[in-house]
Amino acid sequence: MNPLQILRVAGRALMRNKLRSLLTTLGVVIGVGAVIAMVALGEGARAKVEASFASMGANLLIVLPGSVTSGGARGGFGSASTLTWDDLRAIQNELGSSVAYAAPQLRAQGQVVSEDTNWSTSITGTSPDYFLIRNWACTDGTTFSKSDVEGSNKVVVLGATVAENLFGVGVSPVGETVRIKNNPFTVVGVLARKGQSPMGQDYDDATFVPYTTFQTKVQGGPQKFIAGGIFISAAPGQVSRAQEQVSALLRDRHRLGEGADNDFSIRNMAEMASEQQDSAQTLAILLASIAAVSLLVGGIGIMNIMLVSVTERTREIGIRMAIGARPRDILLQFLVEALTLSMLGGVLGLGLGIGGAAIGAKFGWPTEIQPEVAMVAIAFSALVGVVFGLYPARKASQLDPIEALRFE
Amino acid sequence: MTAVMKLEKVVRTYVMGDQTLRALDEVDFEANAGDLLAVMGTSGSGKSTLMNVLGCLDRPTKGRYLLAGEEVSSMSRDQLARVRNKTIGFVFQSFNLLSRTSAIENVELPLLYGGVPTAERHRRAKEALEQVGLGQRLDHKPNQLSGGQQQRVAIARAIVGRPKVVLADEPTGNLDSRTSIEVMAMFQRLWREGMTVLLVTHEPDIAAYASRVITMRDGKIRSDVKQEPRVADVEEAA
Ligand SMILES: Nc1ncnc2c1ncn2[C@@H]1O[C@H](COP(=O)(O)OP(=O)(O)OP(=O)(O)O)[C@@H](O)[C@H]1O
Ligand SMILES: [Mg+2]
Repeated sequence: MNPLQILRVAGRALMRNKLRSLLTTLGVVIGVGAVIAMVALGEGARAKVEASFASMGANLLIVLPGSVTSGGARGGFGSASTLTWDDLRAIQNELGSSVAYAAPQLRAQGQVVSEDTNWSTSITGTSPDYFLIRNWACTDGTTFSKSDVEGSNKVVVLGATVAENLFGVGVSPVGETVRIKNNPFTVVGVLARKGQSPMGQDYDDATFVPYTTFQTKVQGGPQKFIAGGIFISAAPGQVSRAQEQVSALLRDRHRLGEGADNDFSIRNMAEMASEQQDSAQTLAILLASIAAVSLLVGGIGIMNIMLVSVTERTREIGIRMAIGARPRDILLQFLVEALTLSMLGGVLGLGLGIGGAAIGAKFGWPTEIQPEVAMVAIAFSALVGVVFGLYPARKASQLDPIEALRFE
Repeated sequence: MTAVMKLEKVVRTYVMGDQTLRALDEVDFEANAGDLLAVMGTSGSGKSTLMNVLGCLDRPTKGRYLLAGEEVSSMSRDQLARVRNKTIGFVFQSFNLLSRTSAIENVELPLLYGGVPTAERHRRAKEALEQVGLGQRLDHKPNQLSGGQQQRVAIARAIVGRPKVVLADEPTGNLDSRTSIEVMAMFQRLWREGMTVLLVTHEPDIAAYASRVITMRDGKIRSDVKQEPRVADVEEAA
């Protein structure tokens, strides 16, 4: 018999018990659905991280005050006061070979008020280098300059989301005045849109002012310590060297003896990416366990139904053998039947998985469906069909023709 | 001339609990090309067991079975399947057609397992059904056919692969006398065309159409008689 004929026989046998066949596939449907959702989630997380690499720059290092605690968690952003402005200047001046740019990042949350409306957003105090480090340019106006920093000028660069919410879409706010902590700031530029961070935070919902101005107008006076972090762009290909050198320099400047813990932490993109993937991983593990259990249960369901089917059709098997079916013909027939069942489950599961991923996306999980998932669905369901279909099919093929014909 | 089928001291025992029953008790038997052979005997005498062994559906417990000179007991399952497919056509008392499967598909089945290409398979199945007078019933399912028609489909299925031997276990057991004579006429035609035909029957009237009659009792062949077969004439039965 050729494959098409085998398939026809199998299809017809399954069509005889439509509801039973459909119910049997349920386990595989759920299992494959979970596999698809898992893959979609993993792919989504990976794609997001890649996108954030691109938007943050792979050479980025962030120096934060305070040590990494034993659990790997750290305190709030800038929770400790260990980094000084002199540390920043030393990084800028002494590590020219591995560090391209270094900029402070001071941060606060606050209301930004325009003539008509107001918007609560983050306010970052930094230097012009910050925009180079993050590879972030203005689409309208310019970023503030070194002299703005030196003069503590009250100028502000708006993220695209802030500009839209305060001034509307398509209106240029450059030259307009906004009030931050009751001080008037002149808008000098609007930044290009960057989109969302892997954790769903809007990069464009932010405003930037010179760090000198930030200290006087937001923090209420200059301070010795940097109440935030230092953003560093390593020279191309120098990320790990820069990380080592910054660490050595700061240890030296902070007079940390051998064996003493760092009183700062340096994070690179690879570390941040893995943190971001962790949460996606947790859900993926959950889905993987659902998938494993459902595929197992689905497989056993298929095995059960196939065993029932072999018993029900013992006479048919006997007839086929009596007129010349070889054991392998019978084996193949029942195996293809099991495969058809499980692959039907696979196709339905593919639909379920894609639907599930779409729902997940609505709840903020980044997902990505690629054409390859169809292959995943087929592979998993085929595997289940073969593994659990083999025993009943073998049983059918090993029947004795005369016994099978006598079967009532 | 070698016998088409030859049994040498064939024993087939059934074990049930502590009883063993010899359904075939050291049977020596030869069927030659050109036999139209009727197997008679009381119920339980071992006729069906004999046919099943000859048809390679069942294996002897002891003894040798040579089919066209070849030892059957040493054959693999695949080889046996091939013999059942090519050399032997089997007609069951209870028809044993696949339900929910049209007449022509039932008849095509042996060719399907024999690897005959679709177009030829279809043509030959149609021919075989026409031979048994069912050219107009190709697409009928078994439950849409009368008993006699079902038996004729079963015969068409048995002969479609042009086997050397046709074995029929009470082919007329479920049929009225007129239909029985039709079926016998069919077997006689096949026999005249050169097939070896063995059939089991209870009825002397049916055995009269055979060229040789063996009678069984208690698992042994008690008599073996050659005779001039009566010609099956459908008109006469009418
Ligand atoms: N599967 C079996 N298990 C046990 N005993 C069996 C089996 N098949 C047949 N027998 C026994 O073997 C003997 C021969 O049976 P067989 O079916 O060959 O008889 P038969 O001549 O065909 O009878 P009938 O004319 O009623 O069909 C009987 O006594 C029967 O009870
Ligand atoms: Mg019998």
